[in-house]
Amino acid sequence: MTDNPTTATADRVAEFDQGRKGFVHQVQHRLHVTPALVPLIVLVGSIAVFGALLGNKFFSPFALTLILQQVQIVGIVGAAQALVILTAGIDLSVGAIMVLSSVIMGQFTFRYGLPVEVAVVSGLAIGTAIGAFNGWLVSAMKLPPFIVTLGMWQIVLAANFLYSANETIRSQEIASEAPLLQIFGTTFKIGGAVFTVGAIFMIVLTLILAYVLRHTAWGRHVYAVGDDPEAAELSGVNVRATLISVYALSGLICAFAGWALIGRIGSVSPTSGQLANIDSITAVVIGGISLFGGRGSIMGMLFGAVIVGVFSLGLRLMGADAQWTYLLIGVLIIFAVAIDQWIRKVSA
Amino acid sequence: MTEPLLKARGLVKRYGRVTALDHCDFDLMPGEILAVIGDNGAGKSSLIKALSGAVVPDAGEVWLDGRKVRFTAPTQGREAGIETVYQTLAMSPALSIADNIFMGREIRRPGIMGSVFRMLDRPAMEKFAREKLSELGLMTIQNINQAVETLSGGQRQGVAVARAAAFGSRVIILDEPTAALGVKESRRVLDLIQDVRARGIPIILISHNMPHVFEVADRVHVHRLGRRHCVIDPKDYTMSDAVAFMTGAKEPPEALLSA
Repeated sequence: MTDNPTTATADRVAEFDQGRKGFVHQVQHRLHVTPALVPLIVLVGSIAVFGALLGNKFFSPFALTLILQQVQIVGIVGAAQALVILTAGIDLSVGAIMVLSSVIMGQFTFRYGLPVEVAVVSGLAIGTAIGAFNGWLVSAMKLPPFIVTLGMWQIVLAANFLYSANETIRSQEIASEAPLLQIFGTTFKIGGAVFTVGAIFMIVLTLILAYVLRHTAWGRHVYAVGDDPEAAELSGVNVRATLISVYALSGLICAFAGWALIGRIGSVSPTSGQLANIDSITAVVIGGISLFGGRGSIMGMLFGAVIVGVFSLGLRLMGADAQWTYLLIGVLIIFAVAIDQWIRKVSA
Repeated sequence: MTEPLLKARGLVKRYGRVTALDHCDFDLMPGEILAVIGDNGAGKSSLIKALSGAVVPDAGEVWLDGRKVRFTAPTQGREAGIETVYQTLAMSPALSIADNIFMGREIRRPGIMGSVFRMLDRPAMEKFAREKLSELGLMTIQNINQAVETLSGGQRQGVAVARAAAFGSRVIILDEPTAALGVKESRRVLDLIQDVRARGIPIILISHNMPHVFEVADRVHVHRLGRRHCVIDPKDYTMSDAVAFMTGAKEPPEALLSA
């Protein structure tokens, strides 16, 4: 049926008249146009499966919003990671920037007695500066992003331990003296659903970035730079400025994640968030963003982060060993990259 | 005699010990198609890059419309109305036709949506892109939001030419536009070149393909050893003459030799 061009194209204004109207090709085309579709299907499917298996224990407003709370940090850091990966880079220093920023917010308040607002702004500014430095090394010094951020990860993490003297600031102290640091942990209930400011922030941030990437010139430039930097340069895109701004924004978002981290765990701990870089890359890859740059949507990243949350909560409620979560996530990662390769074949 | 629209005198460009341009002269007349031919390494690409601003010549001067210009970046050449279609096309394959046409010069929404929220004016950009493609007879491309990578080689070349034609108010430079194309697609691009010229915009065409050059060019600039060897009228000479001049197998008559 669909192979017949007269019936297939009669009521359609115009796709391409290349005769590729097979069902598989149509699926491929849809995925090509909306890359967040695969993770969305996987997400809805996994919620349905766990809902069917576990009933109300899983399929309740409380459990579903609990997932959002559990993935908020990965989701926020994932947004930073997604921006960098869209430019065909990778940021291994996201977790370290996050932890250092949270430590700076805490120590500036408690060690130097600065107003908490000043401490927060300082943390955000330092996170942004580290990101911008990454971006400068990548774009001006032409160093590979993997190497730059691998080095920066170690530097920032070591600086974090040296500066904090491995000292944790306790939750009660923060709550009594500088509650602003814990603002991302504020909860509010709507029916049985429990939201935190951090979870809302994750969703709003993703929506804003989705708008910026899709509907502003800067967003289009991010994709163009990730797709083919030389072509972007010749078409009049300032590749260097775009890259520096992406890494700087990534640093800023990581610093916000550091703030959210204080809200999530209550205390300021220099040893927390060690897996944030790997978890964020996992969310981005499951979310269908291509590691080769220029393809994918940031909404996919959010779905990817929530998929991981659904699997871990669902399997925990079923009483399964936590290793099953990692095993299934591993399968999903490989599946996601295979899909990405298949979608890219349209260009061949 | 009419003044050249784009004129260069004594251009020099050296890369280390290699001299790519050796006191090269250049003239492009209003409304003409000027082909630039030359052996590999003769300096054709350096010449057009010096004209478009992609490289800055070590010495020499360029005049556009009688006014002396000095470009230090490709964007400056572009602002002056010189558009270049590079051999690699310089397009982002995953982005749409409209996004590619407006890359680096996007239109924003009027009002606060544009000034505060920086929102792109997609409808205006798509309308403009569709008009430009239709003007050049690229009607087979109807879905302006199609990613460029889903187009055939000829269609991509067509979009790149349309982009240049849309914004190139003075001069359009085409670098090997038919090199990667089949017979049918080359024909399409040659027709496009004629269409652009018919709208009064002069074209500099760099090509190795002698039949294409002799079909569309009004004059042929033969480049040899980093300078303009001679300029011939394709009606007076054969393709093998041109190749002989280009390779140095035959000397052009004195009258044609440029100083």
